[in-house]
Amino acid sequence: MPTQQVAPHPPAEESAKKRHQEPEILTGSGAILRALELLGVKDVFGLPGGAIMPFYDELMSSESIRHILVRHEQGAGHAAEGYASSTGKLGVAIATSGPGATNLVTAIADAHMDSVPLLAITGQVFSTSMGTDAFQEIDIVGITMPITKHSFLVTRPEEVPATIAAAIHIATTGRPGPVLVDVTKDAQQNSAPFIWPPKLDLPGYRPVAKAHGKQVQAAAQLLRDAKRPVFYVGGGVIRSGASAALLKLAETTGAPVVTTLMARGAFPDSHPQHLGMPGMHGTVPAVLAIQESDLLVSLGARFDDRVTGKASEFAPDALVVHVDIDPAEISKIRTADVPIVGDAKDVIADLTAAFEKLSEGHEHTLDAWWVRLNGLLEQFPLGYDEPEDGLLSPQYVIERVGAITGPEGIYAAGVGQHQMWAAQFIKYERPNAWLNSGGAGTMGYGVPAAMGAKVANPDRIVWAIDGDGCFQMTNQELATCTINNIPIKVAIINNSSLGMVRQWQTLFYNGRHSFTDLNTGHDTAMVPDFVKLAEAYGALAIRVTKKEDVDAAIKLANETNDRPVVIDFIVSRDSMVWPMVPQGVGNSSVQYARAKAPEWEEE
Amino acid sequence: MSHVLSLLVEDKPGLLTRVAGLFARRGYNIESLAVGSTEVEGLSRITVVVDVEDFPLEQITKQLNKLINVIKIVELEPDASVHRHHLMIKVRVDSTTRSQVLEAVNLFRARVVDVAPDAFVIEVTGDTGKTNAFLRVLEPFGIKEMAQSGLLAIGRGPKSITDRIQRH
Repeated sequence: MPTQQVAPHPPAEESAKKRHQEPEILTGSGAILRALELLGVKDVFGLPGGAIMPFYDELMSSESIRHILVRHEQGAGHAAEGYASSTGKLGVAIATSGPGATNLVTAIADAHMDSVPLLAITGQVFSTSMGTDAFQEIDIVGITMPITKHSFLVTRPEEVPATIAAAIHIATTGRPGPVLVDVTKDAQQNSAPFIWPPKLDLPGYRPVAKAHGKQVQAAAQLLRDAKRPVFYVGGGVIRSGASAALLKLAETTGAPVVTTLMARGAFPDSHPQHLGMPGMHGTVPAVLAIQESDLLVSLGARFDDRVTGKASEFAPDALVVHVDIDPAEISKIRTADVPIVGDAKDVIADLTAAFEKLSEGHEHTLDAWWVRLNGLLEQFPLGYDEPEDGLLSPQYVIERVGAITGPEGIYAAGVGQHQMWAAQFIKYERPNAWLNSGGAGTMGYGVPAAMGAKVANPDRIVWAIDGDGCFQMTNQELATCTINNIPIKVAIINNSSLGMVRQWQTLFYNGRHSFTDLNTGHDTAMVPDFVKLAEAYGALAIRVTKKEDVDAAIKLANETNDRPVVIDFIVSRDSMVWPMVPQGVGNSSVQYARAKAPEWEEE
Repeated sequence: MSHVLSLLVEDKPGLLTRVAGLFARRGYNIESLAVGSTEVEGLSRITVVVDVEDFPLEQITKQLNKLINVIKIVELEPDASVHRHHLMIKVRVDSTTRSQVLEAVNLFRARVVDVAPDAFVIEVTGDTGKTNAFLRVLEPFGIKEMAQSGLLAIGRGPKSITDRIQRH
């Protein structure tokens, strides 16, 4: 048969390999565990049930793998995502069949949208019962087909080693993504020789890493000729570990950089060439720089509608160089003039070298472009107004969390207004410090993702910047945090409503606030009382209502490491996310604040 | 515009669901589908006809290529490949029309494979143009039932879609 690849084999496990010269007979469950151990998995998140019990029986005796018992499988999925996104390593989530598996679905879909390397292992009913509507039988392979990079059903113990190795190989190489392995109970119980390393038989999987030299050369030429270039940096730069290479490319070319929601931290916010985030809630300089550019160099970005606005009016005068490891992303939304398929890290390094060579002896200046851009930066800095109702400003709270904690912290957000403010007002200086649900927009991502990140980074301060709506979706994982000594901090930006929906209702639905009131904040019944709730979970709980108490609460949280901390910041519900490009229009219509479009020079 | 794609795939459970699901969720219609084994054990071939413009076709091809079990995709252009449908048609006949129907069968190099006093079952093989023309000829006699295969297609010349695969 076709191409055979050999599974990666960590050198530390050489002695284990020797022991197995005569293949050991293991149960399927034992084989899952052994394969995970051999492939370097250290932490897994999950919750047992009937069809995965044989595996859990093995897991109990593992010395090298830490299992964290979550309170809901969705929490396991997002924790594994947070673990992966904060490290670049694989995240692993485990659930039983049926509802256990379906509870993972949202997290799997989330990982699929945001290219997170995630391995989901689910138990399945006995292979002899499959198709009979047995207790807790659900076709999870079928359900997850559209939202996984690949999925496997394992019905025999012999298949286990190669399947686990293939799953991890697929999840972590090329464009990363979620892979599901569904293992029947009999495959877990029965025994087979454990053959390692297994032969990976994946003839249809050949991720491209090295880009075409000719295309890189063409891109370098465009970069040298461009008068108004912009580097449009997406999450792929973070997944590829290409931040250092990007810094060199940016400084070599002198061109401005914008970082998308998924790429916050891929390029230091403090760098003078950084214009901020583009898109619906991007900075005016970032949005307008793209609109006015004559060359858009897209690095690991996918022209998401929240970035482009009306795609036909996006960067209308620009030639496009599109670099992506996934060929299907190139020219999907915007036709690329120079398509480059390859790993961002390699392509960026090659592009830098090609640009340097081309520029030898040539005068290359972007001075006129920078006059324009610096003008925009000066005229339209990110900012916010103090709320008129005298309540706390949510932007101020988030800004202070970031300023006091600093760039070495990790920040995981839920989805909505607080997510946008956390993307805008926390200053990111390094990759993998900002975790959020960008593509799927999964409310409830924050707390479990922060938990996963803290497990992977015990020495870093990890904040969940959460909303009062999001927090109510997944706060059960605070129990997991307290019991397992995972001291995360949670800042609830409590505006007592589904804030982003409310903002749209205010702007686009004549202020008709249909079912967005959550009654958790100022002047309401405050159900639930987040302070009592957090205390019930064993967390240190603080309520902050005044500006002068904000810093002290954040400092206390950062100093508390014997339990999780929850701060209920009671903020104004009228604060809105600005700037904003209304949905469905071109980005040139960006509004700096309500009904105040920036001065837009027609060219 | 119709395009004929030939997919070389691993013969794995759920493969057809993955391929069909991809078409469905990205909003593309499958005009015709034929699946069968190949000369290489463990590999199947899917011939699929889609009616799309060139641009979405490129997206379809790229997305299909991302499926782990899809090994290779080739578009088979009409002038560089042979296309065939297989049709079985149950047509009404009586003493007055029997000879006319047989004449049409001979003209189209079709075959009568079942005979009843008031009906024939006729099989015919050909490209879409031929089979459609044949159907138009039979229509006035009364088509009672018909079954047709998906389009099969193979490239002309000595090259094979499995060339590189077999070398390993």
